[in-house]
Amino acid sequence: MTTLASEERPAQQAVPRVLASTHTGVDRVFAYVARSTGATVLLITGGIGLFLALQSVPTLKHYGWGFFTETQWQPESDVLGIGAVLVGTFSVAMVAIVVAFPLSLATALYISEYAPAWLRPTLVSLVDLMAAVPSIVYGLWGFFLLQPHASEVALFLQRHLGWIPIFAVDADPDAAVWDRSRYTASAFCAGLAVAMMVLPMACAVMRQVFSQTPLGEKEAALALGSTRWGMVRTVVLPFGRGGIIGGTMLGLGRALGETIAVLLIISPAFDVKPRILEIGTSTVSALIAGRFGEATDSQLSALLTAGFVLFVITLVINTLAAIVVNRSRSGVGTDA
Amino acid sequence: MSAMPVGTLLPARSDDAPPALPRRGTSTSNPEERFVRIGSWIGGFALSWVITQRLLPMAGPTWFLIVGFLGGLALTAITTAMTGSAVEVRDRLATAVVNAGALVVGVALLTTLVFVFQRGWKPLLHPNFFLDDMAAVGPRDPFTRGGILHAIVGSLIQVGIAVCVTVPLGVGTAVFMTEIGGRFATIVRTVVEAMTALPSIVAGLFIYTVLIIGLGFPRSGFCASMAIAVMMLPIIARASDVVLRVVPSGLREASLALGASRWKTVWHVVLPTARPGLATALILGIARGVGETSPVLLTSGAASFLVTNPNGGVMNSLPLFIYTTVRSGEPLAIARAFAAASVLLFLVLSLFVAARLLARPRSTKSGRVARLVTRLRESS
Repeated sequence: MTTLASEERPAQQAVPRVLASTHTGVDRVFAYVARSTGATVLLITGGIGLFLALQSVPTLKHYGWGFFTETQWQPESDVLGIGAVLVGTFSVAMVAIVVAFPLSLATALYISEYAPAWLRPTLVSLVDLMAAVPSIVYGLWGFFLLQPHASEVALFLQRHLGWIPIFAVDADPDAAVWDRSRYTASAFCAGLAVAMMVLPMACAVMRQVFSQTPLGEKEAALALGSTRWGMVRTVVLPFGRGGIIGGTMLGLGRALGETIAVLLIISPAFDVKPRILEIGTSTVSALIAGRFGEATDSQLSALLTAGFVLFVITLVINTLAAIVVNRSRSGVGTDA
Repeated sequence: MSAMPVGTLLPARSDDAPPALPRRGTSTSNPEERFVRIGSWIGGFALSWVITQRLLPMAGPTWFLIVGFLGGLALTAITTAMTGSAVEVRDRLATAVVNAGALVVGVALLTTLVFVFQRGWKPLLHPNFFLDDMAAVGPRDPFTRGGILHAIVGSLIQVGIAVCVTVPLGVGTAVFMTEIGGRFATIVRTVVEAMTALPSIVAGLFIYTVLIIGLGFPRSGFCASMAIAVMMLPIIARASDVVLRVVPSGLREASLALGASRWKTVWHVVLPTARPGLATALILGIARGVGETSPVLLTSGAASFLVTNPNGGVMNSLPLFIYTTVRSGEPLAIARAFAAASVLLFLVLSLFVAARLLARPRSTKSGRVARLVTRLRESS
């Protein structure tokens, strides 16, 4: 039996306890230090963005909208523009996405739905490992191993699909000895190498979202007699749609900024052309890497503007990707 | 109705009923299915060999594999359609496509790793490759002369300085964002997340413009490490933020309820709990920093000799050495570049494995290695 000791308690005036919400002593120092660290990092990272934005003001004032449409980069005659390199950047990134999207989707589905359970952690680590391989290594791989094979595929595409403008090449496909060099160092070859860097990123996001698919719904589909593909098509893919789109867009953001693999493979050319299989293209990052050395002050600010434009595009794509991933049903807890 | 007996009525067994079929297991396939599945693929590739290597002028492994894949798909569809429904055909085809996609990715990763080691193993056999620099060594000199000591040391110094700068700042910011919070922390988090989109070449160009052109620093290891730091800082801050956010708030509340100050809570509860995650974030950040070429390309300049002073002028690093050596085009130099790439790859792989081991939860039932790591951690 519980007894209440209320009667024995001395009648004392209850004093309300003082609740202190202000920091005291060492806590004040801690809060101060943490806050100033945050401020420092804000200053550094925000400073870079601000610096790039400020640097691009004079360039944009000087060249106006022509900066985005002019294709040539000839500082001697004061003709500067990023029209060609922007198109080149997007064509390399598009090749990378077109190659990486189906492969990463298949890999993510394989890891989350098809692979035996004991193999899954290993496969997940392997995909992460793929993301950790330096881009210069993918550049070497693309340049020395892939390019000869890629040029053969390019020749085939030109022969049979050459009537589509993007697969056209300014060379004779039926020559007795085909001119292999016309089919190398192209946006296509660079895009293949970049795809290797995009793939693990997109795959990781997709796999993460697929693995959050409610088990109850998957089992319900199987219990209704669905095949595994039926279950994937009706449950996993609709649930993971946000992750698929978001992961691909994150990969696109990475592909746009990739430098060294592209620089190693392409031969620079400054003309707007849709012919992705043909030799010669350029990207914003390759332009910066190639031209920073001999740049004067005004040119440097033009290069910084190009970098800023690239940064803004990447930022917009990443933000949209984050919104898509967060807004979709993916990752939202369900009752199941 | 009330006259009916209460109980369960068993249906009478009739002798005319067909014998019960053996129940089909759902998890395994029977021999016939296995035969159809494997046989289709063998048939597909055999067909592909005849078509590409004998009938049509499409010699070479590329076409053999592409046509073989398509042939295998077609045969799988046909053989499945002979016994099953359209639903089954679709299921088989989807399985084949998904497996093939994963296989292509696996093969691509494997060829990347194997190819680099295969092209670069020769220089690795000579000890001077690790102990010497490239001073007064031409691109055509044999492997017995010269090495990449300067590049390895340069990489280590540059990444070391970058880590010393970014880790306190990055982890400190993460602590600020998760433990202090407030409106200012939201602003910091937004900006940091936005800056992870900064392409690495732009980070390099920023340092080049500000430090080298603006403030007149010479190209040096210090500038390179600043460029790497600028690139790594948002990555590490963001990763640490993610790690700290998943520390259960119950632990924090328990610590505060016991009367610990907030600083003590962070130092003795939050950070130790998040230590494996933080270590993983840090190591993956380092692996990224070691392999990044573009910021270094703009800021450090490539020396062919050993430089240990980060402020002592141009300094080489592994990725930059690989890039410049490959560009020279000499076969021997290219082999050297591949050897250096093997070293870089080995470095990244070992960092990666270290990160995996640290990230593993403490009490796993798997593996001798995990137990060894746990024991080592406990003894230290």
